[in-house]
Amino acid sequence: MSTAHESHDAHVDAASGTATTGHEWDGIRELNNPLPRWWLWTFYACIFWAVCYWIAFPAWPLVSNYTTGVLGWNSRAAVQGQLADLRALRATTSERLATASLQEIEKSPELLALARAEGRVAFADNCAPCHGAGGGGAKGFPNLNDDDWLWGGTLAQIQETLTHGIRSGDDLGHQGNMTPFGAVLSKAEISDAADFVRSLSGLVPADTPSVQKGAAVFKANCAVCHGEDAKGNQELGSKNLTDGIWLYGGDKATIVQTITNGRGGVMPAWGERLSPTTIKALTVYVHTLGGGQ
Amino acid sequence: MSIVQTPITKRMTFGETGLLIVFSLFAFFAVVVAAKAHTSAYAFHAFVFAAASVAAVFAIGNRYMDRDAVLPPQTIDGKPNYNMGPVKVGTLLAVFWGIAGFLVGVIIALQLAFPLLNFDLPWTSFGRLRPLHTSAVIFAFGGNVLIATSFYVVQRTSQARLAGDLAPWFVIWGYNLFIVIAGTGYLLGITQGKEYAEPEWYSDLFLTIVWVTYFLVFLVTVLKRKEPHIYVANWFYFAFILTIAVLHLGNNATIPVSVFSPKSYILWSGVQDAMVQWWYGHNAVGFFLTAGFLALMYYFIPKRANRPVYSYRLSIVHFWALIFLYIWAGPHHLHYTALPDWAQTLGMTFSIMLWMPSWGGMINGLMTLSGAWDKLRTDPVIRMMVVSVAFYGMSTFEGPLMSVKAVNSLSHYTEWGIGHVHSGALGWVAYISFGAIYCLVPWLWNKREMYSMKAINWHFWISTLGIVLYICAMWVAGILQGLMWRAYTSLGFLEYSFIETVEAMHPLYVIRALGGILFLIGALIMAWNVIMTIRSPETVAETTGAALAPAE
Repeated sequence: MSTAHESHDAHVDAASGTATTGHEWDGIRELNNPLPRWWLWTFYACIFWAVCYWIAFPAWPLVSNYTTGVLGWNSRAAVQGQLADLRALRATTSERLATASLQEIEKSPELLALARAEGRVAFADNCAPCHGAGGGGAKGFPNLNDDDWLWGGTLAQIQETLTHGIRSGDDLGHQGNMTPFGAVLSKAEISDAADFVRSLSGLVPADTPSVQKGAAVFKANCAVCHGEDAKGNQELGSKNLTDGIWLYGGDKATIVQTITNGRGGVMPAWGERLSPTTIKALTVYVHTLGGGQ
Repeated sequence: MSIVQTPITKRMTFGETGLLIVFSLFAFFAVVVAAKAHTSAYAFHAFVFAAASVAAVFAIGNRYMDRDAVLPPQTIDGKPNYNMGPVKVGTLLAVFWGIAGFLVGVIIALQLAFPLLNFDLPWTSFGRLRPLHTSAVIFAFGGNVLIATSFYVVQRTSQARLAGDLAPWFVIWGYNLFIVIAGTGYLLGITQGKEYAEPEWYSDLFLTIVWVTYFLVFLVTVLKRKEPHIYVANWFYFAFILTIAVLHLGNNATIPVSVFSPKSYILWSGVQDAMVQWWYGHNAVGFFLTAGFLALMYYFIPKRANRPVYSYRLSIVHFWALIFLYIWAGPHHLHYTALPDWAQTLGMTFSIMLWMPSWGGMINGLMTLSGAWDKLRTDPVIRMMVVSVAFYGMSTFEGPLMSVKAVNSLSHYTEWGIGHVHSGALGWVAYISFGAIYCLVPWLWNKREMYSMKAINWHFWISTLGIVLYICAMWVAGILQGLMWRAYTSLGFLEYSFIETVEAMHPLYVIRALGGILFLIGALIMAWNVIMTIRSPETVAETTGAALAPAE
């Protein structure tokens, strides 16, 4: 048996001169020290503070309601207050952007600076994930710095694309895909058509036999959207194939893949997510990136 | 025990027979599930369960062949016959999982600094490795430390052999099988998406069985105690085991799609689910990482320092205050969300009231050293445990501070949270665990001391530098991030886009990764030291550290 029972006699710790509780576990004893005063009073103070907070703020659930607190504070009103403050701060900026036309904004250096200030952050938060930090684009996502526009590069056209998107499900959004021709054309015809398309920007010599065969394939199948001159049609969002700028890539394999399977990239309808003023700011921002028309 | 003269015929115990049948049937069942599994990942898990069951059958059979006719006695010559086998296994597994968990932590820290290291593979992506890291360090490392030390402490402070014959082994190996299932599941994409409770329904069910066994082993050992009172460390272990069971059941209330599918759907939805999740999540911190490791502190610090615990009264008051208040604090993880205002208020105010009960443990830990402060200079193990308690005090002050809504509006969702967690996890949990391991290994393997005290010193200084780099980088990163997110220009527009705040984090992420690497190096030194200690030829009679057990 252990020493537990006999040790109920007062046992005093030699180093501190304090009595222990008399118990012992595997050689460990416990001193009979009182609670530290500062600890106890700080604990009481925290409890007191909590009670005051409960009185002041919404705190305890009741049967079908809760104690709302004497200050009448609630988080919904608080966030509405903060939004009102922000609107007040923006009164001289966003309000002016909201009322001015896109053309007026671009003409006024002051309004232009405002729009670009808002547009810069809005672009980085919403557009840059696809179009790149500087709007430089990526495979399948157009470069917004150049003057090659799929759906038009005027202020009004950019605003419309931004608001309603491309194949976004929005009824007013841009529709229509690059049709897949894999079931319509033979592999050889697709290969010839690809050579022809590449010849338009000088990637394949024009006198190659396949280019000439490809021209016929193009005329019969592709020209209806991309035009006889292959310069595209912004009404349909069809790409200009002569300018050496490629959305998915200008190498032969990619073009064969594009013709075979078609393309149908999506841009969301930002009108559902961003305020009209932010869209305006973004329109001006994108328009002034370098390629606006 | 009476001396038995006639030889006893060797017979299987009820437990051995029963478990052989259960494991055989379960192996068969698992193979059927594997054959009909909806996904290959789930089939893999069913095979792991089948293999583990077969291994258990062989292990029980082998043990039966090798063992004496009678099971080990409760006492030998009037002294308790402690069962330290499961403690040894748990201690070694803790070292192993610790290094695995720290390594994955270093990898994901580097992924955040250099996203290229995701390698564009699903299995190595941050999203899968992050729960692997958190589960490995909390549940694999921390869990094995808690199970091993609790089995050691409860026996020594109750003067009783661990209850059960096969049960303690089932707890230790079953728990580690759960870890393997959980961890491989994350890599294969099996998750229920609840933070710190990612394992799916079948892992949860299995853990429940293991955990109930754990609770019973602990409870029955305490009931067998020779001491009239239950030692304070055992209260904390009890609170930890019992509350984790309740939290685990509440937060994992799911309905499986099928017994052949890993997928399940949680009973709660929307904000109720969020509330249950953070009731669980915060109390995993409170009862796993705080109460459980306070139990370590209450045994290993007085034992190693050979000093009495500072105040019995404080231990009672802070224990009950801590467990009563902690359970309310979860809503502070959901400030400024759809959670009703009143619940947010309660979460915040209970967190503030929790400050002193938490510090009660710190006071008791630090003041226990009064009269032995000189050991801080000479004993690196004491130094590690004292620094651990200091980090405990710091992070249990920081926690209530961050629960205040005004502070939370800046700190929430930022790296400050990560820094806070790691000052608690690296500074408090890991350091008190390292201290306990450095105490336990020589005690368990009958050595005078660890193989190299110098190596413990190196471990201490390298990893302390690592922690300081880690948490300072995260404080700066968190406050910077919070301020950048809320910055508006004078025109009323956001000053920074999100990606600019990410760019600003880069140097701090690199510093954090460096801190993590230093911490990992420290743990590798510890692993080497543990191996060398166990392999050293010198053995001494039973040791229990600096305090020689008084005559019994």
